[in-house]
Amino acid sequence: MDFSLTEEIKFLCKGVQKFVKEEVEPVAMEIEQSNEIPEIVKEKSKELGLFGISIPEEYGGLGLDMVGKCAIYEELGKTHNGYTTLIGAHTGIGSVGIVELGTEDQKQKYLPKMATGEWIGAFALTEPSAGSNAANLKTRAEKKGDKYILNGSKHYITNAVDGHVFTVMAVTDPTKGAKGITSFIVEKDFPGFQLGAVEEKMGLRGSHSAELFFEDMEVPVENVLGEEGQGYVNALKILANGRAGLAARNLGSCVKLLEHCMDYVFERKQFGKPLFEQQAIQHMLADISVQIETLRSLTYRVAWMTDQKQRVVREAAIAKLYGSEVYNKVADLAVQIHGGVGYMKDYPIERYFRDARITKIYEGTSEIQRNIIAGELKRGGGK
Amino acid sequence: MNIFVLMKRTFDTEEQIVVKDEQVDESGAEFIINPYDEYAIEEAILQRDEHGGEVTVVTVGDEEAEKELRTALAMGADKGVLIDREEIEELDQAGIALILSTYLSEQEYDLILCGNVAVDGGSGQVGPRVAERLGIAQVTTATAITINGSQVTIRRDVEGDEEEVEVSLPVLITAQQGLNDPRYPSLPGIMKAKKKPLEVIDLDDLDLDEEDFELKTRNVEVFLPPKKESGEMIDGEPAEQVKTLIAALKI
Repeated sequence: MDFSLTEEIKFLCKGVQKFVKEEVEPVAMEIEQSNEIPEIVKEKSKELGLFGISIPEEYGGLGLDMVGKCAIYEELGKTHNGYTTLIGAHTGIGSVGIVELGTEDQKQKYLPKMATGEWIGAFALTEPSAGSNAANLKTRAEKKGDKYILNGSKHYITNAVDGHVFTVMAVTDPTKGAKGITSFIVEKDFPGFQLGAVEEKMGLRGSHSAELFFEDMEVPVENVLGEEGQGYVNALKILANGRAGLAARNLGSCVKLLEHCMDYVFERKQFGKPLFEQQAIQHMLADISVQIETLRSLTYRVAWMTDQKQRVVREAAIAKLYGSEVYNKVADLAVQIHGGVGYMKDYPIERYFRDARITKIYEGTSEIQRNIIAGELKRGGGK
Repeated sequence: MNIFVLMKRTFDTEEQIVVKDEQVDESGAEFIINPYDEYAIEEAILQRDEHGGEVTVVTVGDEEAEKELRTALAMGADKGVLIDREEIEELDQAGIALILSTYLSEQEYDLILCGNVAVDGGSGQVGPRVAERLGIAQVTTATAITINGSQVTIRRDVEGDEEEVEVSLPVLITAQQGLNDPRYPSLPGIMKAKKKPLEVIDLDDLDLDEEDFELKTRNVEVFLPPKKESGEMIDGEPAEQVKTLIAALKI
């Protein structure tokens, strides 16, 4: 197994690294305070081509494989997580459905504009009554002639405010449970689409989640994504596809935190010597390093297996689970190493600590990942 | 319009410079396109987009410099040319200028752009020397370039003041900071760069060999600037401190 990145991917990563360092990091504090990603940063990110990393080349994207995508996600994880989420949710769950399940017409219509970032994508599954129990959807879709009429609401939808194209799951046949769900491509301009309140979150500032309301919203039949009744399976597939990428984003944030820690432990002096000289601090740094390296191996192994078209249901769930657990532990250690500074809003450490927390919840909670892992164990007899 | 850009691969400006055995230690260092040459590349792309033609970026170096050429191609240049300096160990500005001018004399060029200086050696000689050898006009430290037919109007920085110069093509212009805002190589640009032509030529191809190079400069010593000494704290009552300070300043 070869874990080395191709020259081309390294080149891409270097480009993203430079961009993140020069254009995003300097405004990270501003994003945090204003809860807005500056328009100029979004525009420059579009010019750079970041919105197209997961879209095939023939539709104007980069057509990267999973290893390539993860390498870029790792770089994006090294800066403000609200910014990372804008790009991550678009290139991940917000567009993967159309890439993987879309018809040629759907791809032609949506992907080129999504590749440039002109149209930002979002994934709308969660409802007040359907979180981890995703099959318990209440949003209804009834077919009338050449249209489906959607009624219901979604909440906690990442990229809802910036989003133009939504992958929406709704119930087409309430008698069939999970098998009565269908996915649709919904544009924000469809009659009956309404953006609800923007939710105030613990972290991920600058990335806006909101409610969506559908009131007799008309969706043309050609916007059914995949087959009718396959919506739940589609949603699981889209979420599974995003897991390695999430792990890579968390990996990047952990790497960045370790960088902050290494700078701080040599700069800060206590008891007449740099913090690094304290063995307790050294052990914390060693623990961070161990967790980063295990996460790195796991993430790129899953990515590589995905590119080899191997079944990665269990491995991807392990990576998602482990990546978010590690991110939280590393963020906690980073705060501890920084002490009072780590708790202050003038420094970025507490921001990562808050941003880390959601990773154990969104795109399938840690508990759901454990369910998936156990389910796969049963399926394969523990192999 | 045929535009050539002379590019140098330099130390990343954020690298710590280490001197070892009378030489700057390059092992493990990150390299970049000389930032002033980045302005030149950006300007070449802008001028090409406005007036048509082709941008060729030329560098003298070894195969490592292919990376920086690829970066230039990813930014939007059309062609890269690497002139392999091969076995020639010591090559000064005069030597580099000889290689570049020999190459360029066989090309059809309208505009040659390069950085005002390189951030490593900082001699600022290669561009002017190339222009001299080619027998064409040169304008240094440009902060704005407007081309109208064969007339070129250049605003140049003259040690903090400004001057406007008019010349006709062909001309060699060196780029000063402020000429433009170099773009990031876009990710699709990086993907396309691998399909763009990158020609590697050697000194043989230019009918040059070691005897043609005569060093015009000699390195006497390589050393780091002296470390700043730490400041002195003045103690005492404010009135006393002022007295001590004035005394120290008078010397």
